[in-house]
Amino acid sequence: MSTITLASKRRRSGLAAKRGKRALRTVAFMSPWLIGFAVFFAYPLVSTVYFSFMHYDGFKPPAFSGAKNWTYVFKDYPYFWPAMRNTLWLVVVMVSLRVVFGLGVGLLITKIKTGTGVFRTLFYLPYLAPPVAATMSFAFLLNPGTGPVDSILEKVGIPAPGWFNDPNWSKPALTLLALWGIGDLMVIFMAALLDVPTEQYEAAELDGASAWQRFRYVTLPNISPIVMFAVVTGVIQAMQCYTQPLIAGKVASGVIQGAGTQFEPGYPERSTLTLPQLVYNLGFQRFDYGSACVVALVLFALSMVFTAFLMRRRGGLDLAGD
Amino acid sequence: MTQVLERPVRLKSPASPAERTARRRALLEWVAIHSLGVAAALFFTLPFVFVLLTSLMSDTQALSRDLIPHTWEWGNYRKVFDTPGFLTWWKNTLVYAGLGTVLSVASSIPVAYALAKFRFRGRNLSLMLVISMMMLPPQVIIIPMYLFWAKQLDLSGTLWPLIIPMAFGDAFSIFLLRQFLMTIPNEYLDAAKVDGCGDLRTLLKVVLPMARPGIAAVALFQFFYAWNDYFGPQIYASENPGAWTLSYGLESFKGAHHTDWNLTMAATVLVMAPVILVFFFAQKAFVEGVTLTGVKG
Repeated sequence: MSTITLASKRRRSGLAAKRGKRALRTVAFMSPWLIGFAVFFAYPLVSTVYFSFMHYDGFKPPAFSGAKNWTYVFKDYPYFWPAMRNTLWLVVVMVSLRVVFGLGVGLLITKIKTGTGVFRTLFYLPYLAPPVAATMSFAFLLNPGTGPVDSILEKVGIPAPGWFNDPNWSKPALTLLALWGIGDLMVIFMAALLDVPTEQYEAAELDGASAWQRFRYVTLPNISPIVMFAVVTGVIQAMQCYTQPLIAGKVASGVIQGAGTQFEPGYPERSTLTLPQLVYNLGFQRFDYGSACVVALVLFALSMVFTAFLMRRRGGLDLAGD
Repeated sequence: MTQVLERPVRLKSPASPAERTARRRALLEWVAIHSLGVAAALFFTLPFVFVLLTSLMSDTQALSRDLIPHTWEWGNYRKVFDTPGFLTWWKNTLVYAGLGTVLSVASSIPVAYALAKFRFRGRNLSLMLVISMMMLPPQVIIIPMYLFWAKQLDLSGTLWPLIIPMAFGDAFSIFLLRQFLMTIPNEYLDAAKVDGCGDLRTLLKVVLPMARPGIAAVALFQFFYAWNDYFGPQIYASENPGAWTLSYGLESFKGAHHTDWNLTMAATVLVMAPVILVFFFAQKAFVEGVTLTGVKG
């Protein structure tokens, strides 16, 4: 009796020790991220909530101000709703065009038989262009009057739009810039398209399916998780759109930039304002950290909603893994 | 002799009408697809071409509607390099991108390994939190982070607030590496364990060599992230021109030379060129990385 209990006890304590060692090992391997998560994610997130209820200008100590920042942002801050509308516009128009165009270019590249590598590289390169450089290039290309695009359009006899200088054309111009940098989507779609089993195409062809029917009933169902993935990541990207509209607005308005320069955000006529720009405007130009945190939290809520979509299986990220 | 024998004999049977229409159709399709390809290639490359051409124009011609330079002003590029600060931006960008890449890759590897290969309670939750961090717009937490670095640690006007956090695992790198490590069969790890390797040894001697393509992809992404970053330097370095990076400096360059499109485009070319050069040397790693984000769940 006693020997049996002793043995099992020893086994159990051995097991516990092993488990403890394993937990220690996990913590050790995870430690960089555990620290990073606490210091650069959890702490600032909680602080953002805290500051959203404070009046704080960076000089006088923060003072509790109740819901004042919230009502200011939603009711009195003249940039909030235009930014919200623009973000919605970008989410709907830019994302759907990017997905359709990305899929189109992905399909095209799988069909190209001669010089595939060259074409693929050429299609991919714009994706690599640094956003500031790409936006400055497009601000130049689309510059009304002297820009090459307008020069060509006028030679062909099409009236050239004002692009980044016209509130009706500034968002389409941003969309054009986004379509130019489609390289990542093209690669993802290409990989997905090549994974579609060829037998299914052959079977469909035997059944007399037309090219459109093959796309509709074979290709699309097979790549739908990737389409979902592209939509959701696209939405998250569109919501975070910051550098491109900011630079485009600044270059088009001819503002001379330097430390502490004040500029009217969202030139022309607030048409290129996005939510992330408001955080900068409120926090670092107006020194109203509290209201900036309110906008930050709106942005946070939106991004988490879409991230939750992404984490569902249909969103293309299979997390269970093994 | 053998060559002649092995050459396939071509039977010249007259093509039936059905065959001929099929062949004609295939040719037509080839032409259609490749014309579409050329059209797309023009859309993707012409912006580069016009930027390059303008960067070689004289000051006055850059303001005209001309598309092709009359005289090729290669001196524009020298002028850009002679602009005060331009070389400092290069140095700063290399420090930020180089040091940041090394730190974030080194700190992300063990985390990704644990998430891919250890079984522990809270693993899925950790992974979900990693993805949430990855999707978090940097603006959400910038106010407390700025106050922390600038007011408490007095580090504004430097790039350290951007570099130091990279030593604590980057969510995107962790996620990507984890996806990559999932594809390495567990048998290799078990074999290493049977041979008496501890966890750290297994990671260093067995897993890392196999994960080289994944690590290369992640390193490239990190490098380009820092190279392209505008928001970070704008927040922390804008007050001190000695700490500006290329992406941030480029915009101010446009401000200082607001009428000189030729010089601005030359500077733009100089900011784009390294990225594109690196891509040509590491094309495979890059494409692999992009595919990993989307496809290999």
